[in-house]
Amino acid sequence: MRTLIFRTVAPYLASLMILFSIFVLLRGHNEPGGGFIGGLIAASAFAIYGIACGVSPVRRALHFHPMAISGTGLLASTAAGMLSIFFKVPFMTGLWLDIPLFGDSIAVSTVMLFDIGVYLVVVGSITSIALALEERPNS
Amino acid sequence: MTTIDLSAAMITQASPLADWLVVAPLVLCMVLGAVLLMVRKDTQIQPVIAIPGLVALVLVDAALLAHVWMNGTVTMTMGRWLPPFGISFTVDILGALLTLTGGIAALAGGIFGAGDVNDSGRRYGFYPFLFLMMVGVSGAFLTGDIFNLYVWFEVLLISSFGLLILGSERGQIDGATKYAFLNLVATTLFLIATGYLYGIFGTLNMADIALKAQTMDDKAPMVTLVSMYLLAFGMKAAAFPANFWLPASYHTPRVVVSALFGGLLTKVGVYALIRVLLMLFPAERDLLGWVIALIAAATMVLGAMGALAQTDVRRMLGYLVISGIGVMLAGIALASPAGVAATVFYAVHSMIVMTALYLASGMAARASGSFSIAEPGGIYQSHVVLAGITLALFFAVSGLPPFSGFWPKALMVKASLDVGAWWLAAAILLTGFLTTIAVGRVWVLAYWRPAPAPPEEASMGGNGAAVTQPPALSPLLDFLPLVMLTVLVVLVGIFPQKLLELSQIASEQLLNPAEYIKSVFPTGGLQ
Repeated sequence: MRTLIFRTVAPYLASLMILFSIFVLLRGHNEPGGGFIGGLIAASAFAIYGIACGVSPVRRALHFHPMAISGTGLLASTAAGMLSIFFKVPFMTGLWLDIPLFGDSIAVSTVMLFDIGVYLVVVGSITSIALALEERPNS
Repeated sequence: MTTIDLSAAMITQASPLADWLVVAPLVLCMVLGAVLLMVRKDTQIQPVIAIPGLVALVLVDAALLAHVWMNGTVTMTMGRWLPPFGISFTVDILGALLTLTGGIAALAGGIFGAGDVNDSGRRYGFYPFLFLMMVGVSGAFLTGDIFNLYVWFEVLLISSFGLLILGSERGQIDGATKYAFLNLVATTLFLIATGYLYGIFGTLNMADIALKAQTMDDKAPMVTLVSMYLLAFGMKAAAFPANFWLPASYHTPRVVVSALFGGLLTKVGVYALIRVLLMLFPAERDLLGWVIALIAAATMVLGAMGALAQTDVRRMLGYLVISGIGVMLAGIALASPAGVAATVFYAVHSMIVMTALYLASGMAARASGSFSIAEPGGIYQSHVVLAGITLALFFAVSGLPPFSGFWPKALMVKASLDVGAWWLAAAILLTGFLTTIAVGRVWVLAYWRPAPAPPEEASMGGNGAAVTQPPALSPLLDFLPLVMLTVLVVLVGIFPQKLLELSQIASEQLLNPAEYIKSVFPTGGLQ
């Protein structure tokens, strides 16, 4: 798979896919998309980069171990549920905050934090599996 | 953006801080599991985070039990959506009691694991898996939604796969394959049954199902549904015809993992049986009562007979787990208040004593170098305290006084005789007798029989036997969890009143779920 064309294109393709995955993640609250599908897109970006350029550049680029990214995501999602303890509402209640910005208002919510957590869990675990599978035959 | 008034669909009153105890065990385990996953490679810091975390879990579980005991059944519905649309967590005495016992078993496992699981096992993720398994176990005990119960089954199943293959040895992979396949079959059956249930009732909330089932009578193929649940949970609990996966897999992982599995996992299956058969579908359970009674008798007697035939201590313990499941099923078959109370009591006893027995067997194997009872261990000579503790646990598991196993068995025999099921009582007594022989045989051969000491060391004098054993037993990491569990076994044996009282309340709450339903639907339900 390590043809010149693929190796040249892969980094651009991967970064584009990651950008798109973040778009899908943020779009997800009101329209099709969300953390899970966004995470899958990002994980396939890392998988493509790994197929083209080898596993160790991917691990270097990620900096953190994929499972640690998963852990962070799980923590973020749990924290999103826990925030409602301060507002005397049950666990996992969606809380909203409107931040005025450039004349418009941006809605920030615990739902989004939860979704970001899901995104990270999916990115971490699928990338971890994909990298382990890509690594095996060479080593 | 248009605003819609959602207050009609939501719980509007503030949720008191104490109700957060309902989700606290889950949240705590999830947060700690996530943190431990992040520092997975740092093997030194893992137990430092995990053990205080497990202590906190036990404290939170105890607070939850106290809260439920004082204030009755507590419900928290996720995201403020009104049940049955929001997912409810409903905790009665049964759920809180089993969560606490599970937490104690996990604490013992966590401390023991600090000595038993080496660095590669920790890098592999022993502690993250332990916490994620506790998420699943606590979630299963606390949830009030049957699909959510399925989710927690999956969570604990996936974590248990990870724990099973912690060393990636050939035998472990072999055991894990059997375990994984049969458990996946059971879980799939559970899922199919739940889909079927949703088709019949249009709801997944347990309180709602319990309400609607009362008026459903002959209108739906309910017996089919309940039989499917019986098979699915019976497989999970390792009840007789579907129990072969347990002896095939429980002896393969690290002994601390066996201890956690033997203590926790099958009891989750029993819990699900109790919840579904006794609380949700009592009328259909009455029709199947004789089937469950036959399964119970076969499970306990064949389990004890299997234990008699083993030469590997861990395999024998696997059969004792099965035999105990049979005794618990007997109470579900009787479905009388006394029988169900005995089942609850026995479940608590079994969780503690089976965990302790696996831990003790691991320590004995480290002391004598083998799990086999064919090789004389002479453990009584070299480690008299360990031999004494093991004897106490053997007495407890056989149901001999003054240990914790005596009371639930005595209660179960009495409950069987009360309804005239003399053969069930006879099966329980026969099981106790066979178990006594099985464990007595192990104790005499592996513990009491002196080791053939090599002559040159005998001449050196002193405690030569203990010195030659390469890994010595640490008083803190090895003995502390074992002693902790044994003290509980003895205390419950000598002062059974409190636990008996709790079991009786749990049994009343199950057989008459009015309080459970009222906790979920304060206004009466059935919109």
